[in-house]
Amino acid sequence: MATQQTRSLARFMMAPSVVLLLVWMVVPLALTLWFSFQQYNPLNPIRDGFVGFSNYALFYSNPAFLQSILNTLTLVVSVLLITVIGGILLALLIDQPMWGQGIVRILVISPFFVMPPVAALVWKNMIMHPQYGVFADIARFFGAQPIDWFGQHPMMAIIIIVAWQWLPFATLILLTALQSLDGEQKEAAEMDGAGFVSRFIYLTLPHMSRAITVVILIQTIFLLSVYAEILVTTNGGPGYASTNLPFLVYQKALLEFKIGQASAGGIIAVILANIVAFFAMRAVGKNLDK
Amino acid sequence: MKLRTLTLGLLSASALAFAAHAESITIATVNNGDMVRMQKLTEDFTKANPDIQLNWVTLEENVLRERVTTDIATKGGQYDVMTIGTYEVPIWAKQSWLLPLDKLGADYDAKDIIPAIAGGLSVDGKLYAAPFYGESSFVMYRKDLMDKAGLKMPDAPTWDFIRQAADKMTDRANGVNGVCLRGKAGWGENMAFLTAMSNSFGARWFDENWKPQFDQPEWKKTLQFYVDMMKADGPEGASSNGFNENLALFQQGKCGMWIDATVAASFVSDPKNSTVADKVGYALAPDNGLGKRGNWLWAWSLAIPAGTQKADAAEKFVSWATSKHYAELVASKEGWANVPPGTRSSLYANAEYQKAAPFAKMTLDSINAADPTHPTVKPVPYVGVQFVAIPEFQGLGTTVGQLFSAALAGQSSVDDALKQAQDAATAAMTEGGYIK
Repeated sequence: MATQQTRSLARFMMAPSVVLLLVWMVVPLALTLWFSFQQYNPLNPIRDGFVGFSNYALFYSNPAFLQSILNTLTLVVSVLLITVIGGILLALLIDQPMWGQGIVRILVISPFFVMPPVAALVWKNMIMHPQYGVFADIARFFGAQPIDWFGQHPMMAIIIIVAWQWLPFATLILLTALQSLDGEQKEAAEMDGAGFVSRFIYLTLPHMSRAITVVILIQTIFLLSVYAEILVTTNGGPGYASTNLPFLVYQKALLEFKIGQASAGGIIAVILANIVAFFAMRAVGKNLDK
Repeated sequence: MKLRTLTLGLLSASALAFAAHAESITIATVNNGDMVRMQKLTEDFTKANPDIQLNWVTLEENVLRERVTTDIATKGGQYDVMTIGTYEVPIWAKQSWLLPLDKLGADYDAKDIIPAIAGGLSVDGKLYAAPFYGESSFVMYRKDLMDKAGLKMPDAPTWDFIRQAADKMTDRANGVNGVCLRGKAGWGENMAFLTAMSNSFGARWFDENWKPQFDQPEWKKTLQFYVDMMKADGPEGASSNGFNENLALFQQGKCGMWIDATVAASFVSDPKNSTVADKVGYALAPDNGLGKRGNWLWAWSLAIPAGTQKADAAEKFVSWATSKHYAELVASKEGWANVPPGTRSSLYANAEYQKAAPFAKMTLDSINAADPTHPTVKPVPYVGVQFVAIPEFQGLGTTVGQLFSAALAGQSSVDDALKQAQDAATAAMTEGGYIK
């Protein structure tokens, strides 16, 4: 039981780090907010100055904007679906006693250790490339026309790459949850005559629900900011077909040097991320209270 | 003990004195082969200038552009010498961000610089960057496939001839594409090619009043021709192919023709890397008989930012790296074929260079065929062959590049792409204050 003094002392000692964290977050956010109301293009410094909300209006009226929101959400939802469902299946599979289990587990988890730009390069040049890729070789072997992944189905290609990278994370978290399930419960259910499917639905899945929540929340945060995979493979194209919000902000800031519009985009992205996080917390976060 | 202290003191004092005397300059450059070679040869410079130390910052093209642009625009002052291209020079010189290069030394021979290149790097007759290597674009083609198709490539082909040759050379069953062209979006990727190509179709980015021209028939003809030809005779996934991707395809014998930078000639004719090295022919970029060919003009050049404290040392270095002496140095160490091309007339008059580089004449002819001050058939208010030298172009060029790349990938129609390009360009020019 902490006394009044120890609590005050704790507050006093924690204060520097709290202040530091606050400054760490508040300064960049404040600067972004400030720049979002300025006409600031370092390449054309004559026209600087306060412009009100026009950066927001310009960012919003950009034909790529709505497409980028749609792409951001498509990416998050698709990758979550693939990784959660795939993660549950993989976790169930590698939880089974089998020969070489250790090696199989390491192989399943290994994509997580590959850096995103490297993974994207490998997928682009060695797997999905319409001339030299493994997929093209397979298609040609069966006499089919190779698929031009990044030209024809850019979003799908990026979803596959990102899902491949996040599947191990989901699998790992879900596997630990699965292993914490009491063996006696399973046996009891089995003795009561429950089949594999009912055991899964009524026992395993509810047991895993907290882990699933963790996976969804953590992945949502990271998937909202996917950037390297897009830069390396499609550069947001063709057209705006694979431009997401972070990529659009990058494009405005470092390709067009429209710092004002990029800052406005950054603020919009922060607001949207908070909305998504709010709904995600409400929808699945209540699992965490149990 | 005393002696030791004294010696140490003396040593550190002399080290300090030397450090104070020696000046170190920081050079930002691109990681292209010619620049990497320059770094290896710097001993020649430091021997002659022992009081100047060189620090290198070598970056990939896009990253370099981001860094130097940010540095110069925010007056960061990180670099004393910057590697920039013909796009940046006129814009930055007008902003007074660059120092004019008027003290390059008595034996520098600035008049020897090829006039088209010097023109691209000068503002009001003053040179603001010294060219390290220069390039245009031309047609590289497979002589064996042309023979097989029963055709003969003229020195100056038309677009119709290119189309006909591409159709005849395409042999998809054997993995041969009639023509490989850039499709990857970017102002320095597909738009470099398409803008240069559009010049030969009579198109232009803006009219004299900065009104965008993508709603004009010339652009429609350009883009339709390009998309049709690439769909019929181009490689799979062309919308992600840039310079490097096409180079790999050509070196592996998968392209009948490739229209791209003249510097590629030394790579496709190098038997160590190219399977078709002995079968490559060269021709001028195509035209339509309108008086302009579809070739560009570019020079990677060394410039000195106005904010530097070490202008003299920087200028000494720029003078060394772009001099005739440097060309001779490379020739003596690595052979004439490896001398940076496209900057000095004297190189092209050199018999040894002509012998070592069979593409020399065509390179020079291509460079001379480009005029950055009069790039188009109709008059324009801008400078630049494959770009428009205004600050807004980086962003706009890339946006339009994305739209045209989508048309190539079949994600949108040619008409839609042009309409969206017109809208984007109108918005950008209004925002930039060019049109009211």
